[in-house]
Amino acid sequence: MTDIAPPAPPSRLLSLLRQIGTTVFTLLVTFIGLLAVTFVISRVVPIDPIMSILGERATNAQIEETREKLGLNEPLWVQFGIYVGNTLQGDLGTSIRTREPVLDEVATRFPATLELATLATLLGVLVGVPAGVIAATKPGSFFDQFVRLVALMGYSMPIFWLGLMGLLLFYGHLGWVGGPGRLDASYQMMMEFELTQYTGMIMVDTALNGRWDMFANAFSHIILPASLLAYISMAYISRMTRSFMMNELGQEYITTARVKGMPERRVIWVHALKNVMVPLITVIALSYAYLLEGAVLTETIFAWPGLGSYITDALLVADMPAVLGGTVVVGLAYIGLNMLSDLLYKLVDPRARV
Amino acid sequence: MKIDPSLRRIGAVAIAALMLGTAPAALFAATPDDTLVIAAAIDDIVSLDPHEAYEFSGLDYVNNTYDGLVEINPTTLELEPGLAESWSVAEDGLTYTFKMKAGLTFSSGNPVRAEDAAYSLQRAVKINKTPAFILNQFGWTAENVDSMITADGDTLTIKVDKPYAPTFLYNCLTAGVASIVDAEVVKANDVAGDMGNEWLKTNSAGTGAYVLKSFKPNEGMILEARPGYWRGDAKLAKIFVQHIPEAATERLQLEKGDVDVARALTPVDVEGLSGNAEVVIQQDVGGQVYYLSFNQKNEQYKNPKFLEAMRWAVDYQGMADTIMKGAVVPHQSFLPQGYLGALDDLPYSLDIEKAKALVAESGVANPVVKLMVRNAADRMDVAQSVQNTFGQAGITVELDVGEGADQLKAYRARLHDATLQTWGPDYPDPNTNSSTFAENPGNSDEAANTGYLAWRNAYEPGEMDGMSKAAVLEQDPAKRVEMYATLQMKHRETSPFIVMFQQARQTGVRANVKGLYTGGAVDAVAYWLVTK
Repeated sequence: MTDIAPPAPPSRLLSLLRQIGTTVFTLLVTFIGLLAVTFVISRVVPIDPIMSILGERATNAQIEETREKLGLNEPLWVQFGIYVGNTLQGDLGTSIRTREPVLDEVATRFPATLELATLATLLGVLVGVPAGVIAATKPGSFFDQFVRLVALMGYSMPIFWLGLMGLLLFYGHLGWVGGPGRLDASYQMMMEFELTQYTGMIMVDTALNGRWDMFANAFSHIILPASLLAYISMAYISRMTRSFMMNELGQEYITTARVKGMPERRVIWVHALKNVMVPLITVIALSYAYLLEGAVLTETIFAWPGLGSYITDALLVADMPAVLGGTVVVGLAYIGLNMLSDLLYKLVDPRARV
Repeated sequence: MKIDPSLRRIGAVAIAALMLGTAPAALFAATPDDTLVIAAAIDDIVSLDPHEAYEFSGLDYVNNTYDGLVEINPTTLELEPGLAESWSVAEDGLTYTFKMKAGLTFSSGNPVRAEDAAYSLQRAVKINKTPAFILNQFGWTAENVDSMITADGDTLTIKVDKPYAPTFLYNCLTAGVASIVDAEVVKANDVAGDMGNEWLKTNSAGTGAYVLKSFKPNEGMILEARPGYWRGDAKLAKIFVQHIPEAATERLQLEKGDVDVARALTPVDVEGLSGNAEVVIQQDVGGQVYYLSFNQKNEQYKNPKFLEAMRWAVDYQGMADTIMKGAVVPHQSFLPQGYLGALDDLPYSLDIEKAKALVAESGVANPVVKLMVRNAADRMDVAQSVQNTFGQAGITVELDVGEGADQLKAYRARLHDATLQTWGPDYPDPNTNSSTFAENPGNSDEAANTGYLAWRNAYEPGEMDGMSKAAVLEQDPAKRVEMYATLQMKHRETSPFIVMFQQARQTGVRANVKGLYTGGAVDAVAYWLVTK
């Protein structure tokens, strides 16, 4: 009798390496794809950046010289090759308008957006998930109708209008919150000179510096735009939670749990909710990524120096390196969040750990 | 009705959240007493190097941190001595001698010397950024400027290549590009031969009332007063310019007192602020003129009667009052109000019957004007008004609407039929507009004189070309004024340009803010006289 060796169990290390390899490969492909799409779009739009750099007074010789300097005379694929090479080395190019490295500019803008989007998503999840769950447990009830109405409004109201009205009411009339900008003028000046900046996120930096007066001021400024964005993401999250939960509550294991006499609270908040976590994580990640790309109009109204307003400003003057750089960072944030949600799946769902 | 307990809990959380939001309200204060807080759109800034800055916000900054040999008085807008105490021009009109004021210092504490002045003008020519052409007009090049501009003791000698009108040189010396920088400090911050260009983008090295403390593009700028300013110390210790691009937001902040000055208000906001006793609207003019121009490659625009007909078919006053709501004032000559030699009279007004008669007289049958206009709301409104009144006079207007940069390209290639445009002067001397509206060095397509508006419209100005060139060489200032007046009258009667408006500026200031001068058409804002 010969021994038939059982197939060696794949080594854990190998499988881990393979997983990492696949992830990195996927990331790279996605990233190059992202670069290609943004690059092509930037070259297809019928905006000639030369005019916006040199303006009305430029001579034809200056125009030609600048064209040469920016490499706009090279064939498209050469331009793309240079662009990908530079980007992979962390060089996002130089802004046409300010002539500063795009990476530096984006680095000062991104924390502002990150701070706003994070707070908004936190608020959106804290309100949206419970609201969706409760609405799902009592379909058709007053609360359910109410949640659906509020969500519908969040979907359909133009944020520009909502933002201005919010400012008018809470800042203009009631004086409950701070106005546009990230701080009052006096604090803004203090921040420049008295605050050690670690992260670029004002609430974090003021807390780390122990400047609680400034922290409170920053909070009063961020709370309105954050609530506004939270409202939009809450509308989305609560609707999705509701429909996931409705689906889950109709499953047999829920009936079984109920029949076994498990307290209703446990059935809903532990068993059912745990199972909707996987799709819900995707929903939350998507809505977070959406906010990270910078809520353009919100940032404009609230004079919030974030990524959205940076990209918009750049677009208006056809500053394509800045637009591309900003877009790449947003794309990276998307990719990063996708990875994060993949990781989270594995934490909440053992089946995804294979 | 039974209320769901979880609902009650959510209600409690919501109320708690609201209260948390109200807590910081107690911390709100008006703007600090020693600081002027300005809301403005400052995304036009490209550089804070005075020899590179060439945008409105950049020049506002330069005006408060640097001075020139000759300055513009912010209240009277007239020329006055700056860092030079006195000056004279030699008989041949080619050599100027400036005597420097004694005892002045830069913000670094270094004394202001004639060497600094020479270095500054040489530097502006050598780094050759956008505004350098203002100085290059005097025949200065990177190669010859060291010998054309020389310093000896407290005297600066400036040579020019032609006997220009002295006022032409003096006016150009008030421009930001002629600012005097601290030569020692700038040289010390030279990186790879950039003559301190990179360093000056985030630092100031001038004699102005303020020094730059902090600048973040598209966020804000902080200036701090320095003691011992030669025009008298600034009244307010700090200036904080905050980038607030959205006009409605600016208005709200101004009403709340969170800013002292709002500089990007729209006419709608101004109207909304009219009843507010805490806010004052300052009216002022800017340098831009709005004009219609007609490409003379199309023969109908060479017909003098037809051109005249169109001049009577524009509702100048009506548009200024309604569509533009105070954002412009009617103005019909190419030099903006405030410029040497500007004409303030308004010979033309809407007269449909006269226009109709002139069209008939002109012999142009069923005239069609294809008007190129950019897709901005105010431009579209103006174009539609023109379309309407021209239509009443029997001239059909077809609007060609498009994106601004694209249209500029077409305009520079002379591909338009007619267009609605604005022109902002480059420097505070009449030659800036006179040369472009009334001179054309060569009308062929190959000549590509794109910098000349006359060329862009295939317009041969004839004797006006010579008149404009003579005016810039006229030594007698009074006579020079007269020459520009004659030139403009002829131009507005015969050229294919219809100047309609001059830009008006409406600045919202808190009622306690006094002494803010925005510089009119010729100069930039002055902060050092402001009190609150």
